[in-house]
Amino acid sequence: MNKIFETPLYAYEHSPDQGTPAPVRHQVVVIGAGPVGLAAAIDLAQQGIEVVVLDDNDKVSFGSRAICFSKRTLEIADRLGCGRPMIDKGVLWNRGKVFFDDRKVYEFDLQPEEGHEYPAFINLQQYYVEEYLVERIRALQSEGAKIEIRGRNKVSAIGTHPEHVTLEVDTPEGSYNIEADWLIACDGAASSTRAMLGMDFVGRVFEDNFLIADVVMDADFPTERWFWFDPPFNKGQSALLHQQPDNVWRIDLQLGWDIDKEREKRPENVIPRLKAMLGEDVKFELEWVSIYTFQCRRMEQFRHGRVIFAGDSAHQVSPFGARGANSGIQDTDNLSWKLKLVIDGTAPESLLDSYDTERMQGADENILNSTRSTDFITPKSETSRLFRDAVLDLSEHYDFARPLVNSGRLSTPTIYASSPLNSADALDGPARSRPGAPCPDAPLGDEFLLSKLGDGFTLLTIDADAPDVIEEDGITVNRLALSFKDDPSMQLKARYLGSNESAVYLIRPDQYIAARRPSYDDNLFRSAIRRATGKE
Amino acid sequence: MSDLILTPNFEAADDFYADLLETHEGMDKAASDALNARLVLVLANHIGDQKVLQQALQAAAFGSI
Repeated sequence: MNKIFETPLYAYEHSPDQGTPAPVRHQVVVIGAGPVGLAAAIDLAQQGIEVVVLDDNDKVSFGSRAICFSKRTLEIADRLGCGRPMIDKGVLWNRGKVFFDDRKVYEFDLQPEEGHEYPAFINLQQYYVEEYLVERIRALQSEGAKIEIRGRNKVSAIGTHPEHVTLEVDTPEGSYNIEADWLIACDGAASSTRAMLGMDFVGRVFEDNFLIADVVMDADFPTERWFWFDPPFNKGQSALLHQQPDNVWRIDLQLGWDIDKEREKRPENVIPRLKAMLGEDVKFELEWVSIYTFQCRRMEQFRHGRVIFAGDSAHQVSPFGARGANSGIQDTDNLSWKLKLVIDGTAPESLLDSYDTERMQGADENILNSTRSTDFITPKSETSRLFRDAVLDLSEHYDFARPLVNSGRLSTPTIYASSPLNSADALDGPARSRPGAPCPDAPLGDEFLLSKLGDGFTLLTIDADAPDVIEEDGITVNRLALSFKDDPSMQLKARYLGSNESAVYLIRPDQYIAARRPSYDDNLFRSAIRRATGKE
Repeated sequence: MSDLILTPNFEAADDFYADLLETHEGMDKAASDALNARLVLVLANHIGDQKVLQQALQAAAFGSI
């Protein structure tokens, strides 16, 4: 049977744009059909924007790459129409074990909080995520949405202008030119868009190599995340074992700095390493092997006029903490509604500056966390190793040391506490739903809160009066009227009211909270809408 | 009189750990050892309570003293 990543999903087709006397202008062109580019395109197309995705390949990503998708990503995918297939296919896990040398030092349970539609994490191969996103694009096309993916369309030159971008695209039939009002570069850490435009990408290189292998095996390992520090089968280094769907297991083996990458990648060298880890008798088949060295870095600015960078092209982190694909999807979630309003002319172009502010904060947080994990996993000095080993020794005996063990701090959404789009917090309510925070989900009978928010601005009222629709300078805000009684488990109350009897929330299209008050005040909420759309 | 706390009590564990390593950054072994010794004494003085300090010594030695 062919693997999904061996089958062309968006085979090359001749486009009417090829051979026109003048280049055809598109509203948005996205470069890169990875999870980030596809999510951006779906988000825009769902909101009626015309978008063309260009990719130099015609298949989903080879190998599984990103495997751990966070709750926030699943919630965004739900809004994009792909949350269900991801959760249906993905592997759910809550338990982790930490090993040091030849012993288990402790295990932990990520006790999931009740009352959320989506779990904290699932493991799922990136190629499945891309497949579901492509299927969603096909469904949007059949509904008449103006969205296209062009396989084997490689951008070879980019020209930037004050109000548009020109692109030269190479195809199997030769090259052609198109134009775009806006260009979103989602072409990964080695972004050729970034290179063609001669832009910076500064940061820190970690002098280490990791062998990453996806193996197919019928093994009775439990559905848990196992992490080894300094194990007997990989002395002085680390190792990770994590389950994906279809009996595929992700194995990460730290190799150190001075190695011959090409040699280490050969099956005759990989297989003995895996046997030492899994046991001589375990039967497995290699699906994908790669060796990577990683860097933590970001661009100084994500938006350059009409060219906007999202995902790994804008920022790169170490893999510990699942912060690559997850943060990239959050970039597009943040960007798409802003770009839609700017294209429609209902918000000023300066609204896009808040994409830079908010997502650079997200990138810095991710870089900080993944750098710290890396420093713990790979101590870079004798003293650093001394403390690391002391933490691990203590963690076997005492609970207090366990929060110091850092094999990756799993991705959580960034709180934009000081975003210029926030209005001052006017509710003495729960901290987790303050302005700048993403809406926490809550159960509503058989349904959930987040699935009721849609693609636009929402005025959430809980036991408070307000108009059903607010129109403010071209922005439409629809009310979602709830009562704390709609959730007998009282989680809606705990997450949105606290000790208040009523509350009114202004929620952005990306499900972030822009303002909140105990009751509706027409002037103040209109002002909050203007502020949230870059007009104040 | 209180007992030694052996349950998680850090306000920001990752921040502390990063600051700790940063303080050692660039030091040779002897300088790092001396810093660690001073740090133990500074923290011990802050705790003050002799019973708690004895429990801490026991805990760190895994009960071998």
